[in-house]
Amino acid sequence: MLKKTMQKTYHWLDERFKITPLVEFMSHKQVPVHKHSLWYYMGGVALFLFVIQVVSGILLLLYYQPGIDSAFESVQFITTKVSFGWLFRSVHSWSANLMVFFVFVHMFSTFFTRTYKKPRELTWVTGSVLLLLSLFFGFSGYLLPWNELAFFATKVGTDIAGAIPFIGEPIKLLLRGGEGVTGATLSRFYAFHVALIPAAFTILLFLHLLFVQRQGMHEPEFFQKLPENKKRMMPFFPNFVLRDALLWLLVLNVILYLAVFFPWEIGVKADAFAPAPQGIKPEWFFMFMFQALKLLPAHIFLMEGEVFGILFFAIAGTVWFTVPFWSVFIKENLRLKLMKLFGIIVIAFILILTIWGYLD
Amino acid sequence: MRKSALIFFCITLALLFVTTAAQSQEKTEFGADDQCIVCHLEIDFLPADFSNADIHLQKGLSCAGCHGGDVMSDDVEIAKRAEAKFTGIPTKKDIAGMCGKCHSDISFMRKYQPRISVDQARQYKQSVHGQKLAQGDTKVADCSSCHTAHSILSATDARSTIYSLNVPKTCTKCHGDQAYMADYNIPTTQYDEYVESVHGKALLEKQDVGAPACNDCHGNHGAMPPGIVSISHVCGACHVNNQDFFSKSKMANEFADADLHACEECHGVHDIKNTFDDMVGTGETSTCTECHGEGETGYQVAQQIRSHLGDLVAVYDSASILLKNVEHVGMDVLDMSYAVKDAKQSLTQARTLVHTFDSELVQTKTEEGKTSARHALHLGNAEMEELRFRRFGFGVATFFMTIVLAALYFKIKDIEKE
Repeated sequence: MLKKTMQKTYHWLDERFKITPLVEFMSHKQVPVHKHSLWYYMGGVALFLFVIQVVSGILLLLYYQPGIDSAFESVQFITTKVSFGWLFRSVHSWSANLMVFFVFVHMFSTFFTRTYKKPRELTWVTGSVLLLLSLFFGFSGYLLPWNELAFFATKVGTDIAGAIPFIGEPIKLLLRGGEGVTGATLSRFYAFHVALIPAAFTILLFLHLLFVQRQGMHEPEFFQKLPENKKRMMPFFPNFVLRDALLWLLVLNVILYLAVFFPWEIGVKADAFAPAPQGIKPEWFFMFMFQALKLLPAHIFLMEGEVFGILFFAIAGTVWFTVPFWSVFIKENLRLKLMKLFGIIVIAFILILTIWGYLD
Repeated sequence: MRKSALIFFCITLALLFVTTAAQSQEKTEFGADDQCIVCHLEIDFLPADFSNADIHLQKGLSCAGCHGGDVMSDDVEIAKRAEAKFTGIPTKKDIAGMCGKCHSDISFMRKYQPRISVDQARQYKQSVHGQKLAQGDTKVADCSSCHTAHSILSATDARSTIYSLNVPKTCTKCHGDQAYMADYNIPTTQYDEYVESVHGKALLEKQDVGAPACNDCHGNHGAMPPGIVSISHVCGACHVNNQDFFSKSKMANEFADADLHACEECHGVHDIKNTFDDMVGTGETSTCTECHGEGETGYQVAQQIRSHLGDLVAVYDSASILLKNVEHVGMDVLDMSYAVKDAKQSLTQARTLVHTFDSELVQTKTEEGKTSARHALHLGNAEMEELRFRRFGFGVATFFMTIVLAALYFKIKDIEKE
């Protein structure tokens, strides 16, 4: 009976929207099977985590109240009085961190398999913007509970943004909604987090997925060189989708485990007049930049050390995000090795500085 | 010859210029209105305790303000002539009167500090120090002994000898010197006892200026050991409820009749340590059993009071431990922490009520505290139960997810076999 209902629904939609060609296209989609196939799942995990963020975020939105006199208290209320509020809050916090982690993994896996090559340049670019939006999601969301750590992390983070030459001060004022981190900052971070960034993220995510679906899965070079009969493939539907579902269910279980056994703390309410707690640190995904800035000397080449650091990261970011466009200019015989080395250096830089930041 | 004479003349001129410049530097500092200091600086003959920070000097009251003389004259004969009312170094007996000339005159003092008291000299005369001085004892303290003579600073200045943190050392200068105090029938161990006491540690280690120094109990200018009855009033200046309960209890009169020094009997005087519950009761460290023997009413009351306190402490400790555990596992401690605070408040009040020596009053308070502590335990246990529920719920969810995972796995295997 279910099958008949589904057939009737499909027919009703097809009559009006001509979805058969689309379904045909999707049902023929193939996924290459090789030793690096595992990395194909990372993007899907990041997507799943984003969906968890949206669902848990909407539930939190029902009870969260922005404002310096209500934000902290409403988060306290959610975690103590709302049914399963504790669960959604911890899930949202853990999933946020895991999402950023998997976005990084997905980005590096596509980098090393050179998925950014023609014709997938825009997929890389939209993905880069999605990474930046994810970081901004994390940065803006972190402030919303209005606790001490979040307050000072925001203060330090926006201070660093303010150090950018020429445009830094206006950016800092725009982010903070004033000179210091105040209720105005909380209001606009709330607006960023629940309206602006989700809107931008959704558009870019839609484009990113559209490009992936339209162009199909990338085949690594070694796979492309294989004769057709030696190329192992699996259908996207239902094989890859079922495998995705299995992995997503596992990820969900991990998040639930983290939420139950390592609940996210509420912390101490922010007090603008209190001094910064000792050893204030940013969230882990900003730690490598923070530590790098800390290590730079006060002056480099007549420039302030901090400004040099920020410019370095701005340039490095631009270089990284435009990889598809300049890597073609490297000699073909050197390209693979050089890009691999480049990627390893970047990962090593991030890992070492992150660990160093926590040990410091 | 002419050349060397010219050089010699230039060098002499240069030297003169430098020395007069240096002098005018000093002259500029004290100005033409303070020739006393200018001259005394020149001859390097200033009192050992002279300080530029001295409050009188800062307010423009120079040497002549106390010693008389003509401050404008740089000629010592003219400056120190009798007509200029030069009095020189005052004798010990004259000091209080000399300071009191200004400090007992409100119409003069109000110019500098409208709210300053002007009874210091009068108080001093009634103090032990003042009385003994009047009898001819020149070993006792006078104004300068505590305030210094030429480096007097405000009591709020942390460098001052009379700043609260420095008061014990100031008094000990004499009162801690065994040889100096040999003629008097008072001990010299007060400072050593005080630094180990709860008041001493609070003042000197924790820098809590609310804690009493010598003058808070003995008085400043009217320094006198408090009498037997007034000891509890002295302690009661801060420990209000303890004094109030004690004075209204039947023990107050019995203590006075037996010449017992109220608070001091149980708590000591300079060596007051932190109190502990076993000071009450019938144990080895109890102060009650120093007077009350087994079988007496007092003995029984002491036992009852100790028992009530012990009951509350036991429940309160359990609640505190549970609070820490609940906080550690990340559960909500907001309501529970209020209940524990209430229990602690009741415990503090019960310990204060010990001074009523009424076991029923103490029991009423401890019962109140136990109710709060039990409520805290109830809340804490509910949180731990909720934690167990959450973990159990996770187990159940994992069980069902594992079934679905297994189903998916076999479905995938099935499809791929085909």
